[in-house]
Amino acid sequence: MTLTAMIVKMSEGLGRTCAIFFLTLLFSLPLGLLVALMRMSKNRVVSAITSACISILRGTPLMLQLIAVAYGPFYLFGYTLLVKEKLLAIIIAFSLNYAAYFAEIYRGGIESMPVGQYEAAHVLGYSKGQTFMRIILPQVVKRILPSVTNEVITLVKDTSMAFTLAYMEMFSIGKQIANSQSSFLPFVIAGVFYYLMNSIVAFAMSRCEKALSYYR
Amino acid sequence: MNILEIEHCRKQFDGKEVLHDISLTVSEGQVVSIIGPSGSGKSTLLRCATLLETMDGGSLKYLGKSAVRDEGGRAVYASNAELHQLRSCFGLVFQNFNLFPHYTVLKNITEAPMLIQKRDKAEVYATARDLLSRMGLSDREDAYPYQLSGGQQQRVSIARALAMKPKMLFFDEPTSALDPELTGEILKVIRGLAAEHMTMVIVTHEMAFARDVSDHVIFMDGGVIVEQGNPTDIINNPTHERTIQFLSRFN
Repeated sequence: MTLTAMIVKMSEGLGRTCAIFFLTLLFSLPLGLLVALMRMSKNRVVSAITSACISILRGTPLMLQLIAVAYGPFYLFGYTLLVKEKLLAIIIAFSLNYAAYFAEIYRGGIESMPVGQYEAAHVLGYSKGQTFMRIILPQVVKRILPSVTNEVITLVKDTSMAFTLAYMEMFSIGKQIANSQSSFLPFVIAGVFYYLMNSIVAFAMSRCEKALSYYR
Repeated sequence: MNILEIEHCRKQFDGKEVLHDISLTVSEGQVVSIIGPSGSGKSTLLRCATLLETMDGGSLKYLGKSAVRDEGGRAVYASNAELHQLRSCFGLVFQNFNLFPHYTVLKNITEAPMLIQKRDKAEVYATARDLLSRMGLSDREDAYPYQLSGGQQQRVSIARALAMKPKMLFFDEPTSALDPELTGEILKVIRGLAAEHMTMVIVTHEMAFARDVSDHVIFMDGGVIVEQGNPTDIINNPTHERTIQFLSRFN
């Protein structure tokens, strides 16, 4: 197998890699905010349960969580995942895991906001929802962007973990070629692909940071 | 007419009473200054009056309408909807401005009147621009707070409070975060408001200013009103020992 053939074969899996990446972001970013708000809830039961979930999701390997979501239904209900449901299982596991990390980032950002911002809005008559959506959240987004960038970069690389479920994204294909051809080359190609994707992520995120640098 | 009536206000923090039975009435057009050492309860009183802190006992009325009533020594608050209504009676200017950093000067001033009071955009913008020109900031409406000096930020925050057309304004040490030159700017603005008979309650450490601008001065210490009355009498010739001691450096 030539180098070009390997590259072509592996890039066929890039669509699936991107699907994991974008769908995970799509669900975990809003879910993370919801989890952060539950974690900060004044209701102690809600806050304790949420904090326990975050602790488990952050304290166990993502690979284990992938296996749990994919094979858990079999051991619990005797239900075997269909091939077309593999992506669903991956997105659920990834979204939950990343939501836990994002939640802690949101929480850090929200808690770093000076109380004066809430008080100023309160005296002007803003409701709690208006204060959060208009005054607090936009400033939080700016503050947490560098930490979010870190997570997003990690996510690009973590998509390779889908090979655990034999989901044929770019890395799994590469691993397959490496085995059949007894070649190390596919891993080099995979490394280059991830590096290029992360260059794009880093560039896009630095543009976002610039776009928000109009105030301090 | 009385704009603000506070009666027998009590407030505790962790079992320690920081306000003991404070009563204060402010009538229309009156300017009241509250002076006293740090920790005397002046700011807490202001925060109770502006509904940022909840009082434990006593009553609070704006324009005769009850925000907090006293039931057997306990403070009972009105419904959230009623409190929301009453909040539009007053504005508050903070020590550290608390402008919204992600909004331009103009948006800082115009958002609340449009969003909360549902006023017409053209009218709100005209009001805001008029206020900015009175504050000498006509050319800064598109600036962001970080681009302004402390004195300019505080003038924007006064404009933001005034844009809500409140019946009265509270100032919580409005010049404490400013150097003497910028302090002068702000005191000039407040003097201008006093000349227009804006009803105001000002917590301040600027004794000469309190004497010159106010109709009534209150000296607080240890959570009680130690002495109050005519500004010149209180500040130039205090009678209570604690007031004499506090003002000794000034006099």
